[in-house]
Amino acid sequence: MDKFISLTAVAAPIDMDNVDNDQVIPARLMRKQRDEGGYSKYLFHDLRFNEDGSENPDFVLNHPAYRNAKIIVASHNYACGSSRLGAVYTHYDYGIRCVIATSFGDVFFNNCFKNGILPIRLSADATADLRSQLHAQPGAALQVDLPSQTIVDAADDRYAFSVDGFAKRCLLGGLSDVALTLEREHEIQLFEERHRRTFSWLPVGIHNEDVTR
Amino acid sequence: MSAPLTIFEKIWKSHAIVEDEGGQTLLYIDWLLCSEGSVHAFSILRREGVKVRRPQQVFGVVDHYAASGGPRMEDIVDEERRNMVRILERNSVEAGMRLFGLGDPHRGIQHLLGPEQGLTQPGVIILCGDSHTSTQGALGALAFGIGGELGHALATQTIWQRKPKKMRVRIDGRRPRGVSAKDVILAIVAKLGHGGALQHAIEYDGETIRAMSIEERMTVCNMSIEAGARLGIIGPDEKTFAYMQNRPYGPRGGSEMEAAIDYWKTLPTDAEAAFDKEEFIDAARLSPMVTWGNSPENAVSITGSVPDPADEVDAQRRAAMERSLEYMGLTPGMRMQDISIDQVFIGSCTNGRIEDLRAAAAVIRGRRTVVPALVSPGSTPVKMHAEAEGLDRIFRDAGFTWGESGCSMCVGMNGDNVLEGKRCASTSNRNFRGRQGKGSRTHLVSPEMAAAAALTGRLTDIREL
Repeated sequence: MDKFISLTAVAAPIDMDNVDNDQVIPARLMRKQRDEGGYSKYLFHDLRFNEDGSENPDFVLNHPAYRNAKIIVASHNYACGSSRLGAVYTHYDYGIRCVIATSFGDVFFNNCFKNGILPIRLSADATADLRSQLHAQPGAALQVDLPSQTIVDAADDRYAFSVDGFAKRCLLGGLSDVALTLEREHEIQLFEERHRRTFSWLPVGIHNEDVTR
Repeated sequence: MSAPLTIFEKIWKSHAIVEDEGGQTLLYIDWLLCSEGSVHAFSILRREGVKVRRPQQVFGVVDHYAASGGPRMEDIVDEERRNMVRILERNSVEAGMRLFGLGDPHRGIQHLLGPEQGLTQPGVIILCGDSHTSTQGALGALAFGIGGELGHALATQTIWQRKPKKMRVRIDGRRPRGVSAKDVILAIVAKLGHGGALQHAIEYDGETIRAMSIEERMTVCNMSIEAGARLGIIGPDEKTFAYMQNRPYGPRGGSEMEAAIDYWKTLPTDAEAAFDKEEFIDAARLSPMVTWGNSPENAVSITGSVPDPADEVDAQRRAAMERSLEYMGLTPGMRMQDISIDQVFIGSCTNGRIEDLRAAAAVIRGRRTVVPALVSPGSTPVKMHAEAEGLDRIFRDAGFTWGESGCSMCVGMNGDNVLEGKRCASTSNRNFRGRQGKGSRTHLVSPEMAAAAALTGRLTDIREL
């Protein structure tokens, strides 16, 4: 996984509340394989592109000033609905490395950390202020610094944000959470033995083929 | 005496391997279900060079891409979709997991399959890479959807989680005639709002919940995510214990079942346990519900009208309403019952169980649909059960298409789409833009209301049919 330490980049404002993952990536595109390389195009596909494949000039990411955005500033309940890992991949493959919102769909929020994207929750007032600044100065950059947990906007205003220690460590080091957890194999095994005694009726350890009841 | 706990906290505690490290807890996973969307998770395993840690606790389930037109691979509409099923088949074989694949009589939508097989039990943690996993909380399991964590879960049989806050929704009162479990949860989502339960685990309780069957409770828990909740859960009771009898992966009868029930009886929330948030619903005041917009929170009584954005003071919300009305082709003030529909879908993990099909069949028996209508049972066992009761005949005689089981038109991934600009009365869970196909317009309703709409060609109050 890519590290995330700090980032200074163009930020694009997305004002809608409850942006759902059917908008982020339509279901019909979810059977596409990521290594085919299309995911950058799938981000907000049906909002970004018209029926004939041409760009919808009204969509924020098609505005020349926001085209190279690496940061999105959104509103309430961003990327809610279906749990789609593809929703995070479209952001990443487009180049987005940080999403700031008032609140997020839980699954998307967790997935970001595991895929090199920093999701940040700020107050409704702070996200609204940032979005209006970005509308007023299209193409303005934000500085996001993970070690100090601060955002600095174009007016030099600072916003502090909080982040879980574990998630922060993974992002700063570009560490795979799988490898980190597997370092605890011994603890997991001890737990499993105890757990199986408590839940003695769960048919684990029996091969599935043997379950004939 | 230990502090009073909620059922959610008890299950959390009993599965915590490492507690509260950097804000997160490492939880043990009893069961994992993987549908076709798990393709990315298996890629993560390959990238990390690790295997599925406990293949006997992991199951492959074909549901999103299964064709409703027939049970075989050839029935799937195109090569790209067949490929999604083949990848899951390959990954299951390679990992040594049991696959509930095409042609398997036990196959179904994963949230039906878990309970049917007895994998979903009170007190266990069961996860799927799909947001409606919360359905299974109806049995008193901690069940939630995961996305990017699926690879980690497969590799370690554990998951790091931030502990959600606790919310209780108490529903009391007797449901009036025509008010189903679907109407109850639509009313709850409308009250909480689409993001109203974000970062919360919802426990449902109250006399209305206790009076509900297990299947009705599943419908309620299913849509917890539509209010933003991490999961929904209902404490087990005698109905739960009865449901658990004779399930393939459940406890065997006799002393094993007795031990399990003794344990399950310790799970319900303690009387003094505290919640971060509480909501109360009076079921006696509810009426059949229907949605008008592109968020499940846009639910109103069937006797109501399309709301007017001009009445909304919040600019952001007003803009969202205007966008929804334009997309849905509706005008403010229009009576919900005057909205004509082009087609009907009955099925999904929300309303694809036998009781749902019976309820819909009772409405249409001996009558004819005036619009195209599709029934896709939520699982193949449900389909066989319905056929044994002759429900398939009732649907076919009324002009419905009787399909194979799967996610079908709820999400349109298998090719069962609502065409652009067409309007569908659907028993599914989401009315997002494009959810049932590009340009599709969805009105969420109960099975009875979907059946009634099929007979009249418009949104119809089941109580007046």
